[in-house]
Amino acid sequence: MKHFLNTDDMTREDLESLLDLSEEFVEVLDRTIPKVPALRGKTVAMLFFEPSTRTRLSFERAAKALSADTMSFSPSTSSLSKGESLKDTALTIKAMGADALVVRHKSTGAQWRIADWTGLPVLNAGDGAHQHPTQALLDALTIRQHFGTLDGLRIAIVGDIRHSRVARSDISTFSALGAEVTLVAPSTLLPVDLEGWPVKVAGSIDDVLDVDVIYLLRIQAERGGASVFPSLPEYVSRFGMTRERFGRLQENAIVMHPGPMNRGVEIAPEVADHPRARILEQVSNGVAVRMAVLFRLLGGEVHDD
Amino acid sequence: MTQVMKPDEIERALRRVAHEILERNKGATETLLVGIHTRGAPLAERLSRVIDDFEHVKVPVGTLDIGLYRDDLDRRPTTELGATALPDDPTGKIIVLVDDVLYTGRTIRAALDALADLGRPRAVQLAVLVDRGHRQLPIRPDFVGKNLPTSSSERVTVRLQETDGEEGIWIEEKA
Amino acid sequence: MIETLFANGKIVTPDGVIDGDVLVEDGLITDIGANLKTSGEIVDCAGSLIGPGLVDIHVHFREPGQEWKEDIGSGSAAAAAGGFTAVVAMPNTEPAIDAGHLARFVSDRGREEGLVEVVSAGAVTMGREGTKLAHLDELWAAGVRIFSDDGDSVADAGLLRRAMEYLAEIGGVVAQHPEDRGLTRGGHMHEGTVSSRLGMAGLPALAEETVVARDLALVRLTGVRYHVQHVSTSGTLELVSRAKDEGLPVTAEVTPHHLMLDHREVQRMNPDVKMYPPLRQPADIEAIRKGLVEGTIDVVATDHAPHAAHEKDVPFEDAPRGIIGLETAAAVVNTAVGLQPVEFFQRMSVGPARIGGLDDQGRWLEPGGRAHLVVFDPSSPWTPETFASRAENSPFVGRPLQGRVVATMYDGRLTFRDGKVQR
Repeated sequence: MKHFLNTDDMTREDLESLLDLSEEFVEVLDRTIPKVPALRGKTVAMLFFEPSTRTRLSFERAAKALSADTMSFSPSTSSLSKGESLKDTALTIKAMGADALVVRHKSTGAQWRIADWTGLPVLNAGDGAHQHPTQALLDALTIRQHFGTLDGLRIAIVGDIRHSRVARSDISTFSALGAEVTLVAPSTLLPVDLEGWPVKVAGSIDDVLDVDVIYLLRIQAERGGASVFPSLPEYVSRFGMTRERFGRLQENAIVMHPGPMNRGVEIAPEVADHPRARILEQVSNGVAVRMAVLFRLLGGEVHDD
Repeated sequence: MTQVMKPDEIERALRRVAHEILERNKGATETLLVGIHTRGAPLAERLSRVIDDFEHVKVPVGTLDIGLYRDDLDRRPTTELGATALPDDPTGKIIVLVDDVLYTGRTIRAALDALADLGRPRAVQLAVLVDRGHRQLPIRPDFVGKNLPTSSSERVTVRLQETDGEEGIWIEEKA
Repeated sequence: MIETLFANGKIVTPDGVIDGDVLVEDGLITDIGANLKTSGEIVDCAGSLIGPGLVDIHVHFREPGQEWKEDIGSGSAAAAAGGFTAVVAMPNTEPAIDAGHLARFVSDRGREEGLVEVVSAGAVTMGREGTKLAHLDELWAAGVRIFSDDGDSVADAGLLRRAMEYLAEIGGVVAQHPEDRGLTRGGHMHEGTVSSRLGMAGLPALAEETVVARDLALVRLTGVRYHVQHVSTSGTLELVSRAKDEGLPVTAEVTPHHLMLDHREVQRMNPDVKMYPPLRQPADIEAIRKGLVEGTIDVVATDHAPHAAHEKDVPFEDAPRGIIGLETAAAVVNTAVGLQPVEFFQRMSVGPARIGGLDDQGRWLEPGGRAHLVVFDPSSPWTPETFASRAENSPFVGRPLQGRVVATMYDGRLTFRDGKVQR
């Protein structure tokens, strides 16, 4: 594996082997000394051209638990604000000795460009509304830990799917692993053309309360009213995971959210804090999954630029 | 390819090693057998069974994957890992590391590092099925199934029922 | 007296292809026949078509104002290398070509370079801002025949109506870049299956079609000659086809890239396929190819849109729109559509010259005619690597094509030969 850019072209075998590897790192993180020397001497650069706290911290924790050194970059304090191009920034960081780049960027495909320019292994930490592949892996791991498998599970993804890179990565990952995915959103928040997507579509969250997993996406408040739905209360009435709806879920069903949550909008506070909401497990698994991906990319594979 | 040990010879060697472990550790009650991934794991299981047959003592068995501790990751890709699972906290216990072949000693160095991250054993001992020489580090085995003088241009192949579907040890010139 | 003999070629005439030679003396074609003799230069045309020099009524030469991308010199060189002897430069320069002296500047600069006839199109509105009419009569007097705010539509229907009424009177052509900005806002590629997967906002086909549909109603009202720039959807083709059936004075162009590439190219994430209109669906390509063969689409125009390497060396969404096309046009059309030789020159030389009002250009070869001609080998395999243009933003780099320009002659002078532009 040279890069980790998207989940679209990953097979079930690829995904399962990454999840198995991730489980080994769950064990490592559970040790008294949760750190191994595997990537000693390697340097992982974090290039987050979009504000992010949780994903950047998670990648940093993962790199450090593998004994890699990290370099961090944030756009507000960087030469980008002085007009430096993305390409020059990437090449500069390569020249400083980075062995791999973890990149988040608002523009779709920026990571593919950076991979071309630098020849370094690139991990996609989110590009535009396109892909967020480590999020999909940590989500799959969290589901697998609860149910043992994704095969045959029914998973509903609820919310702003059109603008969600999490949804795009999750959909291909969940369905490759054998789950049946239903998208739940107003049509203004669904992708324009779903031809070829392995999904069903439902128009209200009430239609999918019998699923095994409810996956809630963050609703950006600024979308309300402006252009894609009339108001937040109207959204909550059709798509919010309220306490009442939570009570109608199956006994073993779980609720997930990629964070950060809007309590009271897509998820009621009581639901967010319920043991069957796996939101903090998702966060913990994120570190293990990112260790697995970093180890796959840097753990001794010979890279020819 | 020359066969140097047949299944019954492996069996006899393991029985002898099991006796030595018992004798050295006075009944092996405070002992953990830890097999190094991949072929050390079934060997540790077999030693535990043999000890149970002799003494009716159940020695707990664990496995250790040293992939994350190797010093040659750049040369040998290890992007798959086996399980690391100890049956018990190793602190205060006697750990017997079990592996199939002892060669340069680098695997054992990595295993010692891995163990140190998992706890603080009272002592660590090493049991191997074959010692083929050519050490590159100051490491020596405590229990040896067979000493097998080799040249470094030769390859030693161990195959076990549990992992390979057949059993035996062979020696051949490297291609 | 300067003589050039084009020997042993396949001479394309409206009645078909004939084997023979073409003799040029002092800028004029003086003889067409077999076994002609000369004391001058001989261009071996074995296996190649000899036809009228190609004409492109849609290029961007970026001069004045953005010479780091291209200028009239480098653009002319690209045209010559592509087999062209005349081009119409779009007016979206800085400043926009909205007055007579600016249009004269462009054609004068073209003459100065001497590689190809360069005529400017004129803006429809001042500064292409869509609020008041440009100096249309002044532009006409300066030789402008095509009027367009290319890069943007003239969105205000009332203003467009006035422009159409005025130009109908003096005889100009309104060329529309059909794009409803309300429907394309935030978009970077065709809205469809691929944009949905990539999570990119799209430019829907109907952003093009709604503008053309509205404009056709205005054409019906005003009777102006109306030209649809870069048709990219089967829906637009359908509208053009119906307008022609109705007898409206409508013409249409297609770019070479829309004949060959579809929106799946964007999955490579490389801005070398970012342009407006965007690459569409395979079904659109099929319809447009058919439209070009049947003549619903009158001409090929490149929309040659140079950008500097550093401007395209960015993520797809951050890149400017446009690709270069002059040097690959003949080969791409030949590879993608495989027109008969007469149709090939009809769509790439004769037709465009008539729309652009370039009287001297796009004339079938005959003794006494001005010597604007091209030698094109349609069976030569060719993989583009480098360009005479200042820019290299082409998706055809490294892509095997069929067909290669052997030589170009502009006004009796060889401007391209042996793979080199002859300054």
